[in-house]
Amino acid sequence: MEEQSKSRREFLATGLLATLAAGCSSADNPFTPEDNVVPSGTKVKLLSVDGDVIEVDQAFLKPVPDLPPVSNSEARRGIEGKKFVMVIDLSRCKNLKKCQEACNHCHHIHPGDNWIKVHSMQDAEHTAPYWQPTTCMHCDEPPCVKVCPVDATFKRQDGIVLIDSDRCVGCRFCMAACPYSTRVFNWGKPDIPEEIAEQQYSCETSVPQQKGTVGKCDFCPDMARKGLLPHCVTACPNGVFMFGDMNEDSVSNGAETFRFSELIRDKAGYRLMEDLGTKPRVYYLPPVSRNFPYEAGLENES
Amino acid sequence: MENPANLRTAEKITNDLLPQKFGKAGTIWTIILIIFCAIGAFAYIRQLRYGLAVTALGDYVSWGIYISNFVFFVAISLVGSLITAIFRVTNVKWSTPLTRIAEIIAVSAIVFASLIIIVDMGRPERLVNLFFYGRLQSPIMWDVVVITTYLFISLLLLYFPLLPDLKVLIDNNKNNPKWLNRVYKFLGSFWKGTPGQYRISNKAINVLCILIIPVAFAIHTVTSWLFATTYRPGWDSTNFGAYFVSGAFLVGAGAVVVAMYVMRRAYRLEKYITPRHFDNMGKILVMLALLYLYFNINEYLVPAFKMKKPEEQHLTTLFAGEFAPLFWFAITVGMVIPTLILIFKKGRRPLPMFIAAIMVVVGAWFKRYLIVTPTLLHPFLPMSNVKESYKHYFPSWEEWAIAMGSLAGVLLIITFFTRIFPIIPIQETITEQDEKHESE
Ligand code: SF4
Repeated sequence: MEEQSKSRREFLATGLLATLAAGCSSADNPFTPEDNVVPSGTKVKLLSVDGDVIEVDQAFLKPVPDLPPVSNSEARRGIEGKKFVMVIDLSRCKNLKKCQEACNHCHHIHPGDNWIKVHSMQDAEHTAPYWQPTTCMHCDEPPCVKVCPVDATFKRQDGIVLIDSDRCVGCRFCMAACPYSTRVFNWGKPDIPEEIAEQQYSCETSVPQQKGTVGKCDFCPDMARKGLLPHCVTACPNGVFMFGDMNEDSVSNGAETFRFSELIRDKAGYRLMEDLGTKPRVYYLPPVSRNFPYEAGLENES
Repeated sequence: MENPANLRTAEKITNDLLPQKFGKAGTIWTIILIIFCAIGAFAYIRQLRYGLAVTALGDYVSWGIYISNFVFFVAISLVGSLITAIFRVTNVKWSTPLTRIAEIIAVSAIVFASLIIIVDMGRPERLVNLFFYGRLQSPIMWDVVVITTYLFISLLLLYFPLLPDLKVLIDNNKNNPKWLNRVYKFLGSFWKGTPGQYRISNKAINVLCILIIPVAFAIHTVTSWLFATTYRPGWDSTNFGAYFVSGAFLVGAGAVVVAMYVMRRAYRLEKYITPRHFDNMGKILVMLALLYLYFNINEYLVPAFKMKKPEEQHLTTLFAGEFAPLFWFAITVGMVIPTLILIFKKGRRPLPMFIAAIMVVVGAWFKRYLIVTPTLLHPFLPMSNVKESYKHYFPSWEEWAIAMGSLAGVLLIITFFTRIFPIIPIQETITEQDEKHESE
């Protein structure tokens, strides 16, 4: 456990560093030492860009300033050079639904709706049951994008499929087209705090949800821009979700980081409904050598 | 060339066919329709206010009776092209008195098809986005394009043959209210009936009749593609276009028979809509019902033979489960029984025909519902972590009110049309009569 939490901190620090590095060109370069910083004495381990573990005094770390919101056209283009991918390890899931909770909370989803669903699956009569969380699959051949009449749902260069709720006409063709039943419709006015509902909608945060438009898992690109993991990934105590970049060939659940290709190869990763040709960006690791028995998840099943 | 006998006939025909004021029954009928429309409008105002939450729709059954009603309207509207265009191009003469009935059914149904699609939208006020951001690879855009085209061609096909009759109406304008005469004048005062005008008009009608056939096939094929372009069991079919088009001709022909019967009674048109028309339409109905049955067998039996896993659940609920009563109702009442009635000569008399045609139309409405809804209740992944209400679907009163209101709206347009315009082409009937006399 100790090991784990340490490596988790390290990962976060990498993210932090990466973001800091990205901000280098700006006038207030975070790496320019400020005169009045007094070392606190507490050292923090960081992973440098070349992969070495370095120690830095905490006082030199500054919180990432809130990035300015991206414009609609930027949000439609995506983050350059990235190919986001998710791996869901079914052998670790016990239907805790912490992912769902965090997702609902952070996206201010209408109460009762869920973008992440945890299905109780049993493939055949005599096969073992297991828990299968589903997010949006962010398909490379997204059927929803093909059918949308107004380009309200679109595919970005970094692989993410997003929704522009300011443009969606609410025809629900995308819901019929999605074989994973991922999409959730706001049938009425979403029941969310007034100050949230008044915000300008952003495709990258998917907040606020609007009446008469469709919503779904967005892979939290706003978090990715900050170098952070999606909410579901950090919320899962069992490390079921791993998120990362295919170009870097790495995925992480916050505690552990894996080489994506090795993980998929060694654990026989697969994608859902491969035969449909949708080419999902979410991979699953089969529920073998499980951390929990299936029954452990039943108590959370209402 | 005009002899007195002919003149009398022409006068009589004109008198018989001129539009008449609503009688008592007509007034009551119209009021009932208006009440239905008003209730529908009230329900729609509620929907605008509270959103689609007033419907019983959920994330699984995200398309309900609005969409099945839409499919139904598009289907019915196809009959305009069958009776006006296909018959004209193939030189079928007996259908003349039916053309205008078919065409007004087509126009009013397609108008309400477009309206009901707007009703189904979560954000109707963003309709303009279809023009600002429209993307042509979406089957919805194809539908928008072909339905608009079809509406305009149908309107022209209604209007051009009406021109000679407008002249008749303007010539017989004594008892009309002023505004009505103004409408007639506005629409048709330029028509003098010169041979040159006839030539142009006939040419235009011929061109439109040929044009409308592919467009008619397109509207319903594209409508079927809204479903067939998805992966879902029951929709994922290469048979869907032909299946929809054949079903559309059936329900449209059924609707024409119903209209024929009602108008014949209401306006005493026994001399113009004769048992021969019923007999012929009956034969056509049999052929269309059998054709549709054939496509149904393809559509259900072939997947049922294989029983692939996603299809299995869907087909079982249709054949023997939750939807079985409706399913067998739609097949037997919508196709089998009408066929059995209409293959006999006695069955093709007006009254039994009327009953059979009502069965066809009612069966067809439920058939559309069965095409849309049960599929959506059988997604690939289990229905987990959703509201209990999402796992079933029964339309809310608002949905019923709007759907019924739209049906009433179609009937209302037809009713007003028959009040204002002759439902049987006057001039054409006279000309045909003359030709007959001459050939005798
Ligand atoms: S519901 Fe919205 S996002 Fe989905 S297809 Fe229609 S317009 Fe596009």
